[in-house]
Amino acid sequence: MAAKDDLGRRGEAIAAEHLTKSGMQLIERNWRCSQGEIDIVARAGSELVFVEVKTRSGTSFGHPLEAITTRKLARLRRLAAAWCAAHPGAAAGVRIDAIAVLLPRVGRVEIDHVERIF
Amino acid sequence: MALGRTQAVSLLGMRGAIVEIEADISSNLPAFVLIGLPDTALNEAKDRVRAAATNSGCALPHRKITVNLSPAALPKHGSGFDLAIALASLAAAGIVRPESIDRVVHLGELGLDGRLRPLHGILPAVLAVSRAGFRTVMVPTGNVDEASLVPGVRVIGVSSLREAAIWHGARFDPRPVEPILFPPPVETSRDDGDLADVIGNEDAVEAMLVAAAGGHHVFLLGPPGAGKTMLAARLPGLLPDLGPEAALEVSSIRSLSGMPVGQTLVARPPFESPHHTATAAALLGGGSAVIRPGAAARAANGVLFLDEAPEFSGAVLDALRQPLESGVISIHRANAVAQYPGSFQLVMAANPCPCGQYGARDSDCTCGPSVRRRYLGRISGPLLDRIDIQLRVQRITSAQLRMSSERPHITTAEARERVRVARSRARERLSSTPWTLNSQTTGTWLRGEARLPSVVTVSIDRALERGGLTMRGYDRVLRVGWTLSDLDGTPTPTADHIGRALYLRKAMAS
Repeated sequence: MAAKDDLGRRGEAIAAEHLTKSGMQLIERNWRCSQGEIDIVARAGSELVFVEVKTRSGTSFGHPLEAITTRKLARLRRLAAAWCAAHPGAAAGVRIDAIAVLLPRVGRVEIDHVERIF
Repeated sequence: MALGRTQAVSLLGMRGAIVEIEADISSNLPAFVLIGLPDTALNEAKDRVRAAATNSGCALPHRKITVNLSPAALPKHGSGFDLAIALASLAAAGIVRPESIDRVVHLGELGLDGRLRPLHGILPAVLAVSRAGFRTVMVPTGNVDEASLVPGVRVIGVSSLREAAIWHGARFDPRPVEPILFPPPVETSRDDGDLADVIGNEDAVEAMLVAAAGGHHVFLLGPPGAGKTMLAARLPGLLPDLGPEAALEVSSIRSLSGMPVGQTLVARPPFESPHHTATAAALLGGGSAVIRPGAAARAANGVLFLDEAPEFSGAVLDALRQPLESGVISIHRANAVAQYPGSFQLVMAANPCPCGQYGARDSDCTCGPSVRRRYLGRISGPLLDRIDIQLRVQRITSAQLRMSSERPHITTAEARERVRVARSRARERLSSTPWTLNSQTTGTWLRGEARLPSVVTVSIDRALERGGLTMRGYDRVLRVGWTLSDLDGTPTPTADHIGRALYLRKAMAS
């Protein structure tokens, strides 16, 4: 397995832990469909939260959040709609969050959670 | 609410307007949005500010930063807003104290390494700061000397964004950097030459003295080698030192034009001699995005010398009529009007014909009469109408050369003293009027309140009757007559002064 995939997996695990700690219920991880993948689906109160996790080992190629482009955002929105279509059920609202995880080889792990990016 | 607010200056012509800069940080994906009518160079501030902040160790948060420049309708250009944008953003991020940056006006361009680059046009910008009632301005270290020329404003010089942030209360360790300065100015000591260098041509020397004393515009006509350029170059030397207002104006224009200003205000009147291929934009100022001053604005409060005046394009020469009339250069654009000072003293020199020999004693002219007429006809009548002194300059003969070595010459220093005395006399005499120089007086006033007895004006009265002199010409003779009387120290012009004044405008007639 490529090192970057491993890094991404570790980042997602850290992000999931962070979400649980902040009081959200995880519904699904790595949900896939023909259009792509949603990293984490969670529930915060009555709201459905779709989370995109970006993990980097350093900022020499920019901050992880900078890697979320408008194109990626548009895809996230489409994926969220696809998930809702595949899982009919009541939800008061839907939002999309982003979580940046910085996993340096040495030093502290940094988590940056931005709500409602869309 | 993460909000930071500070001020910068937007320059339009000589006038600066305070621009308020607000920065807001909202919880969203990293982005930098700049709104409020920025031009291309200013829009690039986004990238400069983020890189500079990161590289000086006070990185901006990875969130959406929105910067608003208001008033939004005012066009803003250039890179001088970088420092203010960066500090407003840092204040919004909670790194510097918002109440500290709010009272200070910030000017400066950022380099990617976080150092501050000096700007052109700092002097008029700081003047605008002072007029707007702000008391503190932060400028790049390279601009401190120039900014300090404005009285009553506290100037803080900083070399880097980090240093600026620390001044405003950021908890960083100082990291000294080498400040970016302007390249040292090339020493160009202007050599006006001395009036004593002019041999013979006593009439012309006298005419320059009169021009300096009364602020009259001059037209010199003569064959090549008669010393027209030499005479014109000596005129600024005869003018008195600039007053504080004028010195500030001249220094501001120098600053805007990117010329070195130095640690003191310019004290001597400027001298500009644009080449005859100059366009209207080069002479008066212009440009599409940034309206820059031209040669006439740089010559304000000094001398604008147009050598070979008929070789200039007619439209360019006539464009000078507006500043000659109003003393202000206005450049109109669809979205704004820029104004520059335009109170220069005009000196024009011309050959009498394309070959230059017409009227010379020692050689023959090869031009036909119509060619000759067309040549001088390029200088339009309305322009010549505004020129009080029109003089014919002759090449000197060997006899004059011999005679001149025996007679003492007036030096520039002596002449300047005479000019100073004459000017103070005129100022005193004109104290009840809005003018200070004879050249500023109107014909109505000269023929009304300041009317001379007919014994004195008999020669020009007769010329007027005969049609040898127009009404406008009549006024000009009176004006120059008053200056001659000031130079001689008589209370009012005598018949002799009027006669000499008449002689000083005969060039075109002969």
